Amino acid sequence: MIDFTFTEEQELFRKAAREFAETKIAPHVPTMEETNRGWDEVVKELAEAEMFAVTIPEEYGGLGMGYVARLIAIEEIARVSVATAMMYQVFGLGFEPFIKFGTEEQKKKYLPKFATGERLATVAVTEPSGGSDPKGCSTRYKKVKGSYTLNGRKCFITNSHIADAQVILAVDEGNPEAFTTFIVEKGMEGFKPTHEEHKVGMRGCNTGESEMKDVAVPAENVLGGEGKGLKVAMAAIGDVGRGGMVGCALGLQQACLDASVKFSNERILYGKPISNLQTIQNKIAEMKIDLEAGRLLGYRAAAMQEKGGRTSNEFAVAKYFTTEAVQKAAKMAVDIHGGYGCMEEFPVTRYLRDSFVVGPSAGTSDIMKVIIARWALS
Amino acid sequence: MLNLVVCVKAVPAPSIAAKLKIDPATKSLPRLDIPLVINPLDNHALEAALQLKKKSGAHITVICMGPPPAGNIVRECLALGADKGILLTDSAFAGADAYATAYTLAKAIEKNGSVDVVFCGMASSDGATEWVGPEIAIFLNMPVVTMVREIVEDQGDEWIVKADFEHGYRKVKLKLPAVITVTRNLNQPKPLSFSGILKARSKEITEWNHEKLGIPVERIGLKGSPTYVTEMAHLESRRKVEMLEGTLQEKVERLVQILSDVGVV
Repeated sequence: MIDFTFTEEQELFRKAAREFAETKIAPHVPTMEETNRGWDEVVKELAEAEMFAVTIPEEYGGLGMGYVARLIAIEEIARVSVATAMMYQVFGLGFEPFIKFGTEEQKKKYLPKFATGERLATVAVTEPSGGSDPKGCSTRYKKVKGSYTLNGRKCFITNSHIADAQVILAVDEGNPEAFTTFIVEKGMEGFKPTHEEHKVGMRGCNTGESEMKDVAVPAENVLGGEGKGLKVAMAAIGDVGRGGMVGCALGLQQACLDASVKFSNERILYGKPISNLQTIQNKIAEMKIDLEAGRLLGYRAAAMQEKGGRTSNEFAVAKYFTTEAVQKAAKMAVDIHGGYGCMEEFPVTRYLRDSFVVGPSAGTSDIMKVIIARWALS
Repeated sequence: MLNLVVCVKAVPAPSIAAKLKIDPATKSLPRLDIPLVINPLDNHALEAALQLKKKSGAHITVICMGPPPAGNIVRECLALGADKGILLTDSAFAGADAYATAYTLAKAIEKNGSVDVVFCGMASSDGATEWVGPEIAIFLNMPVVTMVREIVEDQGDEWIVKADFEHGYRKVKLKLPAVITVTRNLNQPKPLSFSGILKARSKEITEWNHEKLGIPVERIGLKGSPTYVTEMAHLESRRKVEMLEGTLQEKVERLVQILSDVGVV
């Protein structure tokens, strides 16, 4: 028999995450929206609340709480600020290659500092030539007397300007079939963040480009083995990156539903709250159904991930479903608010803009369908 | 090392408080199948104990009387930093008034062993009688100070506390062991931490029913309650409206008459 309930500990964890988001993150949201800044403050709050330690094993200074706890944390933060949830989930994406593929020396060197928030990480795969086709990557490396020289550009990278270590996917200059992931650190000569993006949504979430010009990377910074880069990058993105987007989408969906229920209970038309009108009830029911279904898909995949299996297919399904659902939910929330849905003082306008960015992050819906079809046809 | 007991109550979550329906027969609030939280003032009581633990070392036992789901509240207290949890759960405890509740809690405190200070929130958000803390003190034959807003001296077995009093405070010296009920001015409770939740895994929660406490059913629950609620009703206040008519002079005279009738002028 399958038990679909959360444990007592997971419920406590959700309560702690919700209290954190409502008291520590919510006050920063207006500044993040107005200035497209504020990430230093929320990163500090995340570190103080031990959020970075959630998936890092205890022997490396983490809490080892697992992927279900991670999904709960992301969902609760996203309910208040998708921008913060996105940065948080990508920090976790940055740690994952170290946890899964790092040597013992790399784990001991990097993970304890990631766990406390003293150092931050991200993964950089997407390039101007495309992110949906990682094999089309043109950032290249050349082996030079036991170290490597990197040249190229990465774009649309979350946390590009604040990460201390970026896990960068590059192709062998001499062999287009060989990909390797490198740990490239802030301060390495020739490596620098360049252009910062101004996105339509998720304002205050740092996103930008990084440039590499003859960056000398020592051999000990190869992550997961030379030539194994695609496996490293796709395992991280497929399981952890997609899982994080599920959390962002679920939290945002809940926010859309909460705002819609509140508004429709308070807005009086024809002498009654509009929540009495069937057309409003239909929208709210759709949001609720999608949210319940999305939770089942997401938490099922996270529970499987916790048991140690590969879950990129299950997360592809959950990611497709929840990110499509949240875009629908945000539009319905704006519709329920009527004219007020166009006014920035109502949070649903932010939810709509945020939902546009949730969609293509960690893989577009069309790419998710390619992955799911491949799974179904195999 | 100090032995501290904190009495906590599981109360309905504020988010659903407005939707609760009182049982017309027992005039009590249902506690099953509704989300429960730690009574807010008990959070302040627990925080006081935790601050003492951090400062001078202490062992903290949390005691909660409630239905089985109240065990989650005890677990939460352990995650916040308490060392041991006791859940008093028994269908015979249901319907208890403040007297029967205080008696049951006092018996549990006695059974738990020696205690230096019993902390209670001043009142619960649902019952709000403010009687349980003082009645526990009577059953335990201990001094009690209510509405404590500051602990001035906490070394040794003679403490000095400040307690709310009308528009000011009274400074009270009390000899331990003692019972203290606290107000929200005493401290700012810290939030749950993830590492605290993990540490709670290894902490013990014990369940006691009336048999384990060795108390007869006549002294507990509805049967042991000398008081009971006979009626609960909403107080509605409405505004009485009178539109003043006539000339300005007539309106003024009428206004003066109204104010005079109610004793304002």
